[in-house]
Amino acid sequence: MAEDWQESGFGIYVHWPFCTSKCPYCDFNSHVAAEIDQSRWVRAYLHEIDRYAEEVPGRVLTSVFFGGGTPSLMAPETVAAVIERIRHHWPAANDLEITLEANPGSVEAGRFRGYADAGVNRVSMGFQALNDADLKRLGRLHTVKEALAAFDIARSQFDRVSFDLIYARQDQSLADWQAELSQAVSLAIDHLSLYQLTIEAGTAFGDRYDAGKLRGLPDDDLAADMYQATQEICGEAGFEAYEVSNHAKPGAESRHNLIYWRYGDYVGIGPGAHGRLTISGQRYATETPLAPQVWLNQAEETGGESLRRALSRRDQAEEFLMMGLRLTEGLDMRRFERLAGEPLDRRALAHLEDIGMIARDGHRMRVTNAGRMVLNAVITEFLAG
Amino acid sequence: MTDLSHIRNFSIVAHIDHGKSTLADRLIQETKTVADRDMKEQMLDAMDIERERGITIKANTVRLEYEADDGETYILNLIDTPGHVDFAYEVSRSMRAVEGSLLVVDSTQGVEAQTLANVYQAIDADHEIVPVLNKIDLPASDCDRVAEQIEDVIGIDASGAIRVSAKTGEGIHETLEAIVRDLPAPKGDRDAPLKAMLVDSWYDAYLGVIVLVRIMDGVLKKGERVRMMSNNTVHQVDRIGVFRPGMVPVDQLGPGEIGFITASIKQVRDTRVGDTITHEKKGAETPLPGFNPSVPVVFCGLFPVDSAEFEDLRDAIEKLALNDASFSFEMETSAALGFGFRCGFLGLLHLEVIRDRIEREYDIDLITTAPSVIYHVYMKDGEMIELHNPADMPDMSKVDHLEEPRIKATILVPDEFLGDVLKLCQDRRGIQLDLTYAGSRAMVVYDLPLNEVVFDFYDRLKSVTKGYASFDYQMTGYREDNLVKMQILVNDEPVDALSTMVHRDRAEMRGRAMCEKLKELIPRHMFKIPIQAAIGGKVIARETLSALRKDVTAKCYGGDATRKKKLLEKQKAGKKKMRQFGKVDIPQEAFISALKMDG
Ligand SMILES: Nc1nc2c(ncn2[C@@H]2O[C@H](COP(=O)(O)OP(=O)(O)OP(=O)(O)O)[C@@H](O)[C@H]2O)c(=O)[nH]1
Ligand SMILES: C[S@@+](CC[C@H](N)C(=O)[O-])C[C@H]1O[C@@H](n2cnc3c(N)ncnc32)[C@H](O)[C@@H]1O
Ligand code: SF4
Ligand SMILES: [Mg+2]
Repeated sequence: MAEDWQESGFGIYVHWPFCTSKCPYCDFNSHVAAEIDQSRWVRAYLHEIDRYAEEVPGRVLTSVFFGGGTPSLMAPETVAAVIERIRHHWPAANDLEITLEANPGSVEAGRFRGYADAGVNRVSMGFQALNDADLKRLGRLHTVKEALAAFDIARSQFDRVSFDLIYARQDQSLADWQAELSQAVSLAIDHLSLYQLTIEAGTAFGDRYDAGKLRGLPDDDLAADMYQATQEICGEAGFEAYEVSNHAKPGAESRHNLIYWRYGDYVGIGPGAHGRLTISGQRYATETPLAPQVWLNQAEETGGESLRRALSRRDQAEEFLMMGLRLTEGLDMRRFERLAGEPLDRRALAHLEDIGMIARDGHRMRVTNAGRMVLNAVITEFLAG
Repeated sequence: MTDLSHIRNFSIVAHIDHGKSTLADRLIQETKTVADRDMKEQMLDAMDIERERGITIKANTVRLEYEADDGETYILNLIDTPGHVDFAYEVSRSMRAVEGSLLVVDSTQGVEAQTLANVYQAIDADHEIVPVLNKIDLPASDCDRVAEQIEDVIGIDASGAIRVSAKTGEGIHETLEAIVRDLPAPKGDRDAPLKAMLVDSWYDAYLGVIVLVRIMDGVLKKGERVRMMSNNTVHQVDRIGVFRPGMVPVDQLGPGEIGFITASIKQVRDTRVGDTITHEKKGAETPLPGFNPSVPVVFCGLFPVDSAEFEDLRDAIEKLALNDASFSFEMETSAALGFGFRCGFLGLLHLEVIRDRIEREYDIDLITTAPSVIYHVYMKDGEMIELHNPADMPDMSKVDHLEEPRIKATILVPDEFLGDVLKLCQDRRGIQLDLTYAGSRAMVVYDLPLNEVVFDFYDRLKSVTKGYASFDYQMTGYREDNLVKMQILVNDEPVDALSTMVHRDRAEMRGRAMCEKLKELIPRHMFKIPIQAAIGGKVIARETLSALRKDVTAKCYGGDATRKKKLLEKQKAGKKKMRQFGKVDIPQEAFISALKMDG
């Protein structure tokens, strides 16, 4: 029998944990470092790649993703070495997607050519805002002008270019966002990610928020209106949401993220990277140390994992559900049942359908537009106590 | 055995927080009953809940030996009593065991409602009263004014009132001298048949039931067989002793003495407070007058949030009841809440104390339903039903009329807040009985329905008077009124645990207030929820809780499914703290909070 992960492909995530400065809203595993010995990092990455190649050999690779941090600070040679080694170990799908997250500054843009030569065929650019005042408040180092220039260079180098925006910012009105988004969809090629500013504990914004000093954030109603407006404007421009905050023209979806949401297998390399790997029929969750130096030392010596946990069938089923319901296409309920060993809670299904939060079509289930707005509440209905 | 002339028995009484327990500390210390190094603040308040809330709940007895200025050694038995009105019963029975009272008045505050209530009880018990003005170390202390007030309001001579600081120890020696000088020695006949008053009893995990006794006549010795005169049960006394304040064994107790016995009694319920204990053979013929038992006046349902914990709850309640005869319980089933208990309490503080102890000592999350008083329901066929739970209200067509308990409330309040207090009482269907002034303070007496007071009256009173009012009440009797049962419907389903009895004229207002409160208390759901109040099927108030609009994490989480799942599991756990009614989750605190009135 086919293993569950085979329904959704196989990808490799490579985490680069450094940034030029730390953005005040960011709780990703990113650090500012004075000096980085890239040759050491290359060795560690390669070491890890070799290790995983022995554990999960022969898989047809769908995607590689360089995330961060700011991977556009990596030397093109570093990226090239990693890609080369990966390609050496695993057979690639015809349409292998290799994405790199890039910050849209002028310095980074200078390296785009090198990345393209290394094999990167998709970049995802962190625009975050399309006006300079807000970029400043978000602690970003680039201006709109620089971002647009970087975007042009990227388009000339890569087949596929996407960008990210953060909305529901301080003092942003619905009309402000509608105008900004209209501009964004006219710029976008075939993919864009639109995230709502989330205040995370342990960030500068989080501290300011706790102290009552982060003013002008939208209330729930305004945030809901903004989300709805986002769906409408993107829909009209042909950028339907294929996931809660990701929009693409048909066929232009990020293959890498689809592996996560369709619950495939993925290797996580680098500090703080997560993986899901099926080995001898058992799916494991893997984690690595967060601190760059700790990971680096460990990766060179014994291997960069800090945790490998066997996932129970119920855990897997719930993760599959949680990820799958984010997608507009929804999920196949038979897969849930195969994983969990029991069908989805029938009472919850009936209730959620009754109130119009989910729709069923044969074996498939998906959230409706209304359901997507309250996805957390929908999912908790299905979670076991 | 001590000669009667060298014994003094007294209770320490006062308004809440005026310093009774702290004064007891100093008396214990000054007489060297406890070594200085073993002293701690309010050492008689031994229960966790007493220490935490800084109040006395249970009366405590200590025997002191005092060598007075006259060179003689006296035995002093003091009983420290609680100040809160819910535990007034503890005060009244304590007073029956002694001949005098130290009336403590906080000299920064003056006479308060429980000061008055306690004085009247002391006078009823024929006590000699020694007034003590406490807290003289504080700058706001004003002894002359307070002494004058005692004379004006209470009408007892306060010229000799002792001025003390229970904090610094100033005036403690004078207090001891006054006790010896001004309080009467007990009377009693050591050759008469034994008459011991059963003052109190409680359960001890090691010793079983401990009985506090005051010997009126005769002598009680270890090993003797005694008879409880109320039910003629016979027990053998296996321990006898006194509190210093730890338990110290003695061979015998004679007239005028206060001490404890144990006699292999299993349950507190097997002893009756106020009973007379005599010898099995050659016992007394007539018992002592006895005292009225305490009766629960507030009832509510206690249900486990997790219905699987019902048996644990039963166990917890039975254990607590072992030690607290004033708390009653019986099993209850609710359509929505499943199995639980209908419990009766002396007041709301008593309810809170028991609920806290169950939650903490037994680790059970509870849903407490709307507190209620006992209504008398007169049926058309002449039968009278005592209604403890609005959910059990019979069909109105079979009911002739209803009566509700009333109280006489005494409130002392500074002039400037009088208007607010009158308005509050009026809003709660009060009838003014009296209004007098003592200096700049007013004393108002109101006839009020108990159900309007039981719940949040005291909180409201404190808030409208910034804490400057004091309040005391006594039950008076039952009176007919136009009362109806109000139901609450959530998402069109009646929630019996939220049913209350209300006065018809105030039903719309209460209904509206409850619906509004519930709208705040119930979290938004994925669908909109109508909340209605209804009387006999007719809706009198309605609110709509709008649907949850947005609850989605629109952020990039990459491959970290673990973190995302943890967040959702937390959300799920929050839901489990609630009870489901139909499709609606209602938080456990909603059942009480919904009743709190802001006006
Ligand atoms: N400054 C000062 N504080 C005092 C004095 N006597 C008592 N207190 C404080 O007043 C508060 C109440 O004292 P308690 O002895 O617990 O009062 P109580 O009358 O036993 O209270 P209940 O048993 O709850 O009615 C405590 O914080 C004491 O420390 C005093 O003479 N001077
Ligand atoms: C891994 S981060 C990209 C890192 C990249 N260095 C950058 O800043 O452009 C992916 C995206 O998540 C979004 N993001 C980061 N922190 C966020 C937050 N607190 N709330 C909402 N979106 C956030 C940003 O749009 C960011 O581009
Ligand atoms: S948002 Fe991007 S650039 Fe800013 S600190 Fe986070 S990872 Fe680095
Ligand atoms: Mg006390």
